[in-house]
Amino acid sequence: MTTQQIESRPTAQREVLKTVTIRFAGDSGDGVQITGDQFTATTAMQGNDLATLPDYPAEIRAPIGTLPGVSGFQIQFSALDIHTPGDAPDVLVAFNPAALKVHVGDLVPNGILICDTSQFTKGNLAKAGYVTNPLEDGSLTQFRIFGENITEKTTLGLRAVESLTVREKVRCKNFFALGMAYWIFNRSMDPTLRFIEMKFKKNTDLVEANKLALKAGFAYCEMTDVFQAVAYEIPAAPSVSGTYRNLSGNQALAMGLVAASIACERPLFYGAYPITPASDILHELSKHKNFGVITFQAEDEIAAVSAAVGASFTGALAVTGSAGPGIALKSEAVSLAVMTELPLVIVDVQRGGPSTGLPTKTEQADLLFTLFGRHGEAHVCILAPATPGECFHYALEACRFAVKYMTPVYLLSDGYLANGAEPWRVPELGDLPRFPVKFREDPQGFSAYERHPKTLSRPWAIPGTPGLEHRIGGIEKREGSGNVSYDPDNHERMVVLRTEKIKRIAQDIPLLQVEGDPDGDLLVLGWGSTYGAIRAGIERAAQKGMRVAQAHLRYLNPMPSNTEAVLKKYKKVLCPEMNLGQLSWLLRAKYLVDVVGLNKIQGQPFKAVEILDGITAVLNGRPVKQPADSTVNGDGT
Amino acid sequence: MSVIATVAPEVPVKLHKTDFQSDQEVRWCPGCGDYAILAAAQQVFAKLGVPRHKYVMVSGIGCSSRFPYYVNTYGFHTIHGRAPAVATGIKMANPDLHVWVITGDGDALSIGGNHLIHALRRNVDLKILLFNNRIYGLTKGQYSPTSEVGKVTKSTPFGSLDQPVNPISLALAAEATFVARTADIYIPHMQDILTQAAAHKGSVFIEILQNCIIFNDGAFKDTTDRAMRDDKQVMLEHGKPLVYGKNRDRGLRQRGLDLEVVELGKNGVTEKDLLVHDAFAESQALAYVLSRVEDPVPMGIFRNVTRSSFETRAHAQIAAMKEKFGPGNLDKLLKGGETWMVK
Repeated sequence: MTTQQIESRPTAQREVLKTVTIRFAGDSGDGVQITGDQFTATTAMQGNDLATLPDYPAEIRAPIGTLPGVSGFQIQFSALDIHTPGDAPDVLVAFNPAALKVHVGDLVPNGILICDTSQFTKGNLAKAGYVTNPLEDGSLTQFRIFGENITEKTTLGLRAVESLTVREKVRCKNFFALGMAYWIFNRSMDPTLRFIEMKFKKNTDLVEANKLALKAGFAYCEMTDVFQAVAYEIPAAPSVSGTYRNLSGNQALAMGLVAASIACERPLFYGAYPITPASDILHELSKHKNFGVITFQAEDEIAAVSAAVGASFTGALAVTGSAGPGIALKSEAVSLAVMTELPLVIVDVQRGGPSTGLPTKTEQADLLFTLFGRHGEAHVCILAPATPGECFHYALEACRFAVKYMTPVYLLSDGYLANGAEPWRVPELGDLPRFPVKFREDPQGFSAYERHPKTLSRPWAIPGTPGLEHRIGGIEKREGSGNVSYDPDNHERMVVLRTEKIKRIAQDIPLLQVEGDPDGDLLVLGWGSTYGAIRAGIERAAQKGMRVAQAHLRYLNPMPSNTEAVLKKYKKVLCPEMNLGQLSWLLRAKYLVDVVGLNKIQGQPFKAVEILDGITAVLNGRPVKQPADSTVNGDGT
Repeated sequence: MSVIATVAPEVPVKLHKTDFQSDQEVRWCPGCGDYAILAAAQQVFAKLGVPRHKYVMVSGIGCSSRFPYYVNTYGFHTIHGRAPAVATGIKMANPDLHVWVITGDGDALSIGGNHLIHALRRNVDLKILLFNNRIYGLTKGQYSPTSEVGKVTKSTPFGSLDQPVNPISLALAAEATFVARTADIYIPHMQDILTQAAAHKGSVFIEILQNCIIFNDGAFKDTTDRAMRDDKQVMLEHGKPLVYGKNRDRGLRQRGLDLEVVELGKNGVTEKDLLVHDAFAESQALAYVLSRVEDPVPMGIFRNVTRSSFETRAHAQIAAMKEKFGPGNLDKLLKGGETWMVK
């Protein structure tokens, strides 16, 4: 354990705040994401509730100092239970003029603005489109500006580290800035000091330099009068007792898959091709070979899913994961898994589309694709976690349904869930589900397409089992035997059976719960990652005296059996989605309910205020604001 | 009565060709070369001493890809071009299985070209049989990636324009460790190659010249017809000079980076001047040069080298990581990283 030599301002002399949103922004090479991750990890350990929004460009290193190269990381942390990364930052740390230009418009009035003045050169100002220096021309007087030469102060702080070049020292400036943020919000430096030791363990000079930079930033604020006015304390949030850790959606999902492998007692096979923002699942799983996890980085998306189908035929817990165009490429093989009735989980970390679209940004526009995007009548199960932490549970749930019903299951995450983090209460092993797989082994009376009377699933009979030799394939099967059949009536019967099997998953799905004010006139119904924003929006509406209920669909196909009853209980249903209204369209089609869509397709999650505005509009009988100039509905009409 | 399960036979088991015949009626066109390949494969399987339940036949789409339905083992008739990928998943999930991939020129070299290349370069222990009839049969006669330039078909009424791919050259370039060519009508030769292939641990690629009696009859007539074959093909035998001809009076001699046909006894040429075939050469350079020779057509094993297979390496890595980190502990994984307690 490292001992902090510098003591920060005592808590008693700090102003206590309930909730703060801070945004770090800089060039994509400035270490903004690491800075944000570290602030998050430390804040989580300090017991605050939090939610994060990393927002980075698709280019690895866009031209330095330019607007497209700006990378941002926002975190809201609180003494209360919170649900979103915050609508607008209270604090903006901008490493250069471009970062300032991109983000300053979001900063709240009287917000704290920390800038690295060394970067506000004529050239950098011009690249960002500034004619004059905004830190000096009086254009930012509504903020509390802390213009600091962070670069120079960092290199000064690292004088003692002689072996590093100036350039290497300058690269430590993000830790100087992080040290400042830690002082302002009274965070412990210890977790980050430990992180630095791990991260740079192969280079002791870098360990020393980054630790020094962090401490120098912290000490600088402690010693400088102007910062005494911005010394804050955010007490821990109340939470259920237990062990907690900070977790991103992709990490949670990967761990959920490992847990599912243990739960069903089958080795996990994960076939994938690198793609943003799903790659981290492959990275995480490939570390866990000692769990017997087989990871296969295939030659393309099609091979990734095809190999998974092969592994499933052979008895592995088979999963493939992708995003955007990769999901489209997998369609044909998913249809094969539908026809051969093999368990398969397809993780779709949704991103802005169509085509390459917005690879690093979030969207929810694959719902109807995963529901319908296959040839023929090819119905599958679809699940969608609502928070980063829930990705763990729904990964388990997806695997449970896949092996129980012998079916492909789509697990719809998105860029916001994947990269966003939240404190997560680690479950006790005894609380995790167990669903050991029972393969068919008895040849007596075996036929490959006999069906379980309750689930309608067929037996899982794997190669290597004596006496069960059989052939499966994409051609239509004769009911029961599984032999090739072109019989018209048989085809119709098999289509209906396969569809009915998916419907029967509803018997394993919990009922749709209503939160908020169940007796209000308005239900806000969402799915996936919009949960937090909707919850926050409804809380704000409640503070204003509006009576609003919330329900959130985690099971999209089939839906919980009480969905229609819940929808029909309310006079109005508002459905916020990061698409043009796909769930709205589906609910209208299925239940003939006049759902009002609240749609946003900007690659960014909803803000609570946007949900509040939608609620206010519906309750006041005004039209809900629609995406810019849009007159189209989700079905394209 | 799970008798079969409890008396799971130890290898080697005594089996007959008929044990590998499924109850499904074989539905290839009468006279199709596929019948002979199916029969040869069933014959070989019966002799390998491997019980039926350890075989998996995997295919894509096309006439040849109906093969798994007719073999009484496990079988998976998958989707167009993807059989090598599906088979890779099968083999990785259970390395004990004997996985054979049945494919055609369109399936393997056109729509599935990518998967073929990568299965071969990874050296997954798959036996890939490519039935090359130089035509699309199941879709009723369009030219294929192995059709000769100028091929007149339904989709190319004025002749095809593209250069065909040479399957053997492609497989060698893709780092395949066992590469061979045989023909549907050479039953003993085919059986010998299949037997050697079965013994090879790693990727096997066998091009089987196969006649499509309906859409491309006589595709290999000039090579394989009894009257001409001795003059039109050279049999590759490891350690032997490349002699051919009805009178065994011709051979292949290395010249620079290429091979040339020479006549024995003329200009002082003797067998000693000929290239001696080395199927076990670590480098595939000479095998590649051989694969470019079209007259005579080389038949037999171009390359047969040993390299650890992909699934072996994958499972060895898993075993090593279990050894290094101990078997996976879920509680430790879930509580990994920095944690904190709330009371």
